[in-house]
Amino acid sequence: MTETYSPEHKPEAAVSADPNKAAEKTVIPQAQHAAEKAQGEHDIKVKTEKVCVFYGDKQALFDVDLDIRERQVTALIGPSGCGKSTYLRCLNRMNDTIDIARVTGRIMLDGEDIYETGVDVVELRARVGMVFQKPNPFPKTIFENVAYGPRIHGLARNKRELDEIVVHSLQRAGLFEEVKDRMDEPGTGLSGGQQQRLCIARAIAVSPEVILMDEPCSALDPIATAKVEELIDELRENYTIVIVTHSMQQAARVSQRTAMFHLGYLVEEGPTDVMFTNPTDKRTQDYITGRFG
Amino acid sequence: MLSSFFIALIGVAMIAFVAGSRRAVALAGPQISTLHSRPSYHGGYALILAAGPALILLILWLLLGGRILDMMVAARFDEVLSGLSMPQREAFMRDARQLAEGSIYGTPTPQTEAAAEVYRSLAATAEIILGIVLTMLAGAGFLLAWRTISLRKRTRQFVERTIMVVLIACSVVAILTTIGIVLSLIFESLRFFQKVPLFDFLFGLHWSPQSAFVGAGAEARTNPDVFGAVPLFAGTLLITAIAMLVAAPVGLMSAIYLSDYASKQFRAVAKPVLEVLAGIPTVVYGFFAALTVAPFIRRSGESIGLSVSSESALAAGVVMGIMIIPFVSSLSDDVINAVPQSLRDGSAGLGATKAETIRRVVMPAALPGIVSALLLAVSRAVGETMIVVMAAGLGANLTANPLEAVTTVTVQIVTLLVGDQEFDSAKTLAAFALGLVLFCVTLTLNVVALRVVQKYRERYD
Ligand SMILES: Nc1ncnc2c1ncn2[C@@H]1O[C@H](COP(=O)(O)OP(=O)(O)OP(=O)(O)O)[C@@H](O)[C@H]1O
Ligand SMILES: [Mg+2]
Repeated sequence: MTETYSPEHKPEAAVSADPNKAAEKTVIPQAQHAAEKAQGEHDIKVKTEKVCVFYGDKQALFDVDLDIRERQVTALIGPSGCGKSTYLRCLNRMNDTIDIARVTGRIMLDGEDIYETGVDVVELRARVGMVFQKPNPFPKTIFENVAYGPRIHGLARNKRELDEIVVHSLQRAGLFEEVKDRMDEPGTGLSGGQQQRLCIARAIAVSPEVILMDEPCSALDPIATAKVEELIDELRENYTIVIVTHSMQQAARVSQRTAMFHLGYLVEEGPTDVMFTNPTDKRTQDYITGRFG
Repeated sequence: MLSSFFIALIGVAMIAFVAGSRRAVALAGPQISTLHSRPSYHGGYALILAAGPALILLILWLLLGGRILDMMVAARFDEVLSGLSMPQREAFMRDARQLAEGSIYGTPTPQTEAAAEVYRSLAATAEIILGIVLTMLAGAGFLLAWRTISLRKRTRQFVERTIMVVLIACSVVAILTTIGIVLSLIFESLRFFQKVPLFDFLFGLHWSPQSAFVGAGAEARTNPDVFGAVPLFAGTLLITAIAMLVAAPVGLMSAIYLSDYASKQFRAVAKPVLEVLAGIPTVVYGFFAALTVAPFIRRSGESIGLSVSSESALAAGVVMGIMIIPFVSSLSDDVINAVPQSLRDGSAGLGATKAETIRRVVMPAALPGIVSALLLAVSRAVGETMIVVMAAGLGANLTANPLEAVTTVTVQIVTLLVGDQEFDSAKTLAAFALGLVLFCVTLTLNVVALRVVQKYRERYD
């Protein structure tokens, strides 16, 4: 199940909307692929196979097989400590920053195993961005916060291009109107909801293909939450989004697909409406109706 | 004898504690919960009442008793003492005291022996009186406690308040000491500035207090031209600058390594080792500087044709830098660790490498704290003496050449005060003026550093 890409293969090509072209590129066998098409008309962006994660001797994830579809919002739900964050952090190898964490299994981004030796983590994280639970703007100006990613990746050739990227990202994150007159003020001076949207803008600025969000609204009030949810819905047009949430309503509102985790196992996965109306697994049913967790 | 009073007092205190808590328990009967305060507080109450006043009296006697005895003896021997000069009087009293305590001393005159006799008998009487008063105080206190302990007695509040008073007393001692030192610095400096104008002192370029006195006999006067402190401050500045050139980069980088790169195990070993470096006495650094570093610098300088004096600012500065490395690194390590992990994650999540994260996110965020760490390090370097005495020499050269001998403020203070000196000559008073200026400099540095740290703290809260 491996395929070598020609050097000129660009990530943009893989995200191309053309289904035929994408079909050539993906590694899914034709039959299976057709089935998937029929289900949701969306290609698989990230495919995880038998992913296990260990923290030291303790196993936190057990053989997780999950497909993340392109330009869809996938919600990860499950009781606290079931491994949602752990799974999410596998997708851009943020687990590398934890000394004791060890990942086995295969995680394919556009058909390439991201845990293969020789994969450039820096490039991977530019393609798979992350928004954290607590807004964590850098103690720099609003402008510098958004310009940070483009700067390190050399995405802008001059100041004008950089300005453009920053403004565009802030617009996409729905924050530009609120901050356009105070770009030189520290990002830490914004409200919590604004900070979180700033972090989303910061992630968008490096034009990632996938955006991972770990409980992005848990530190926000309902109004700010609504704004961020609206934003997530808009971002779906261009990005593949994986979001961890403890709010069933939020999962129902923003996601197209839902994956339920329990005690380190993936319990079940499917279209959100099916999951919420007609879950096959008893545990999912109990969790969604609030009987445990 | 006083020490046996102390031991007895400790015994009384313990007895009072046990008795007090027993009494409370006995009063409460089977229902301990009817006591307002727990038995141990009642014990503490009895302890404080019984031992507290006695202890205070004992301490007062310790501080003042000797002087009171002296005064009484002096009053008896007024006619002998009135014919003596001030130092002679002091010698007379000292001899009498020592004789009374039984220590050997030269040849006693009949007068001192008589004085010693009086001294001895007075001391014996005083001790007996003290013993009686102490016993009475302790007894009365204990009795009062015994009488007043009751179910509803709020002994907890009493004990808490006493503890607070003791704590306040201790901090007042520390504060008063500081104020006393500063005041004495100021007053002695004022006396100095009466002899040498402030302007000549602060801006004069020539420092050689050894030749401070010109003329003889009635003509004798102080020459204010030799008290120019500029060479000393220049020397201090030069050595401090060299020290910081060594300590700042090395300390900072090792802090970065320790906080962001090193494994837990390595950190667990390396941090204490670095801190041991801070525990080495400065005099050890001093002979390391004088015997190893200075000759090495001299030899290597000469091999490339430079003239290096055997005592050089460079040697002292480098070793002083090594001395304050742990200071810089452990302070900056704390500051760098205080930068939230979430910022590092945020940066890593955008694809920044570790070095980029540190350079662009961690360092700017930690900068105020690091600056204040460096300022504190500077104030340590400015105040350091031993290394400079041993490795940089005593000559007050006004130079910016690190290969020459220079001297610093602290070193000059030491040389001014070493040996027998009159305490009111301009030469000794100069030490106080130097100390005052040095104190102002380090105080300013510390205040600025603390301010910066406070500002920095607010940013993440
Ligand atoms: N850095 C770590 N070191 C050791 N164990 C960890 C670490 N991070 C997570 N774990 C363990 O892995 C398991 C899964 O944790 P994870 O954070 O993925 O849960 P979660 O589903 O995100 O929970 P929550 O909803 O509370 O955020 C937990 O049992 C947790 O104790
Ligand atoms: Mg989590």
